[in-house]
Amino acid sequence: MSIYKDVVIAGFGGQGVMLIGNLLAYSAMEAGLNVTYMPVYGPEMRGGTANCAVVISDDDIGSPIIQSPVSLIIMNRPSLDKFQPRIQDQGVMIMNTSLIEAELADTGRVQAFGVPCNDIANGLGNTRMANMVAIGAYVQATGVLPLEQVQACLAKVISPHYAHLIPKNSEAIAAGAAHAAKYGTL
Amino acid sequence: MTEQTPKRIFVKGNEAIARGALAAGCKCYFGYPITPQNDIPEFMSQAIRDAGGQFVQAESEIAAANMVLGATACGIRAMTSSSSPGISLKQEALSYMAGSELPGVVVNMVRGGPGLGDIGPSQGDYFQSTRGGGHGDYRLLVLAPASGQEAYDLTIKAFDLAFKYRNPVMILGDAILGQMKEPIAPWIPDNLDPDEAADWRLDGAKGRQPRLHKSLFLQEGELAQQNRHLQEKYEAMKAEIDYESFMVEDADIIVVAFGSIGRIAKSTIRKIRSTGKKVGLIRPITVYPYPSEILKTLAEQGKKFLTIEHNMGQMVEDVRLAIRTITDSDFYSCLPGNLPTPDDFEEPILKALEG
Amino acid sequence: MEEELVYTRPDVVADRATHYCPGCHHGIIHKLVAEALIDLGVVEKTICIGSIGCSVFIYNYLNLDTVEAPHGRAPAVATGVKRARPDNFVFTYQGDGDLASIGLAEIMHCANRGENVSVVFVNNTVYGMTGGQMAPTTLIGQQATTCPAGRCEELEGLPLKMAEIIGGLGTTAYSARVAVDSIKHLMAAKKAIRKAFQCQIDKTGFGFVELLSTCPTNWKMTPVQANERIAKEMIPTFPLGTFKDKTVEAK
Repeated sequence: MSIYKDVVIAGFGGQGVMLIGNLLAYSAMEAGLNVTYMPVYGPEMRGGTANCAVVISDDDIGSPIIQSPVSLIIMNRPSLDKFQPRIQDQGVMIMNTSLIEAELADTGRVQAFGVPCNDIANGLGNTRMANMVAIGAYVQATGVLPLEQVQACLAKVISPHYAHLIPKNSEAIAAGAAHAAKYGTL
Repeated sequence: MTEQTPKRIFVKGNEAIARGALAAGCKCYFGYPITPQNDIPEFMSQAIRDAGGQFVQAESEIAAANMVLGATACGIRAMTSSSSPGISLKQEALSYMAGSELPGVVVNMVRGGPGLGDIGPSQGDYFQSTRGGGHGDYRLLVLAPASGQEAYDLTIKAFDLAFKYRNPVMILGDAILGQMKEPIAPWIPDNLDPDEAADWRLDGAKGRQPRLHKSLFLQEGELAQQNRHLQEKYEAMKAEIDYESFMVEDADIIVVAFGSIGRIAKSTIRKIRSTGKKVGLIRPITVYPYPSEILKTLAEQGKKFLTIEHNMGQMVEDVRLAIRTITDSDFYSCLPGNLPTPDDFEEPILKALEG
Repeated sequence: MEEELVYTRPDVVADRATHYCPGCHHGIIHKLVAEALIDLGVVEKTICIGSIGCSVFIYNYLNLDTVEAPHGRAPAVATGVKRARPDNFVFTYQGDGDLASIGLAEIMHCANRGENVSVVFVNNTVYGMTGGQMAPTTLIGQQATTCPAGRCEELEGLPLKMAEIIGGLGTTAYSARVAVDSIKHLMAAKKAIRKAFQCQIDKTGFGFVELLSTCPTNWKMTPVQANERIAKEMIPTFPLGTFKDKTVEAK
């Protein structure tokens, strides 16, 4: 059975969606898989959302741009409105319930994991690690890569200037994964 | 023979091109900022100097291309890169380089046009790239990568081909290829010949007759002879024709698409194949010279054709030329300014298959 | 009585008939350039950048490695050549339309980068090769085929004074304007070219020499009249002199 997984990661600028997209893609490369990372810009840049698409496969990858993703990481409300209608049936969606009401998840069609990313990050000492909580939950929910692989790649995508924050970010990834494991889908 | 570095690196297509150029022994980079290719001059500004080469941020695209002309006249591997509006400005030097038979490498990470257009991806410069682009009868050898690895590999190849044919070579990418990150496995060619230009480079006429590189031929019959010589060279370039063939053997319809659109269409084809419908892909890698023969062969087998491009219909003319005595090709245009996705191509392919 | 050879053609100057018009100064300037290259001992490492205009055929007269640049782009081509071959001696030879009009961006930025190259700029106030059109250096009141009533400031601006402009750049090592209409001027011109070239050899930086030159054909004058016009009409607008000399400033 060949591996194929794509994900659109969306939020507003500053939430670090590009960083966790890079982290996921880098981790996939280190796991020996093929991967593409596409920061989406141009017309799609407008409307307050920043997003990127990551495609992971053990086969060669066709399109790096995804219209109907098999999974989503949604960090804010405008991104939910934009991408939830496009996710494939029974797709996995990580939804930041710190900023989005859980009942907005289309649970009849989507496997939605509600994760209060900002609150969990806040509890660890810094709201800005909400993105790390989300990627941790995503890796747990999809099993796309071993969690340790992702944590180990933090040093590759975080600039040396912020290297001292790596242990905390690693903790946030673990916390996101633990939350997804404990509470499951909405 | 190549030396494979086992370690993969995760880089943008733009950076893959810059790294490929360094691996190919590029010693001079001349450029001017324009989105979406700025990663190339930014990377080069440090890396080529670290490698003992030269970087100049020129006053214009015109000057940058003419600096390439000067450096390559010395037999040194040199390049410039830009995006569509900047490439228009480089056409003067490209025509002179073609006329003077100088081997510059030029990268075009195409953006939307005409005019200032946008900074998103497009394939609107196909005609400009494959028909010469500037004044006079000449052609560039044009390579169209679809992935980071291919961008790296073809950039190395571009330098080899430029010097082999003494002709400018263009890497034709787009904003998707430039901005997308992918793992690439860098490698260093071990066949670089420091004397590849020994019999024509300018280095001061010590102990030999002076050499001259020019494109002015005023004596009676001289220009005609030069044009005949150039045409023979372009004919010989057909030995370099390259393309990717994907699931064509049993296909009822062949999708023809190049660069980023080629790989996006591959996703669509996989999806349609999973429903049992027989669709294949030809992705030209050299768009000049064009892989006409394979298209003709497939046409003779009774297959249908659909050309998909991120423009208003340019390469489709080459497809139609290739198969004109047998059949025609349908065409689907992904409008420049829109971002193409595999879903967009599903309906046009099915329609062409049934039509 | 024995004949005594008092003058010979320098080896680097090709033994062939010229295409330049009678009374044109290009031939004299070619020879001055050749003599400077010989005297400085750089002939065998010289790469010449030709340009577009009457001097496009410079490669027919000087036995040097040469590359032909597109119109106005010689300073960019020279930049590429010098960056590729820093140990070679590199000079451009350009006219006023080429350097001061279509190639203004290239000459300004080449000089402003302080490229270690030399520029020989021949100013005859007219487009010679294309048949006498107005140049950026055409004098006020001077007739040309595209200003038949004479150049007028209101419509066409003032003649560009390149030696002063280039001399005003901090990176320029040497900039001078000279003429070859008299023996006295010729000797000064010879010195100026040598000095500009020496700057490159010493890696002092960008060297620029503007030479006032005749165009009897397009000026519709005899060679003698054209030669006289240099002092009478051109020098008042384009004063001779040195506008930058880092070699002196250094002392």
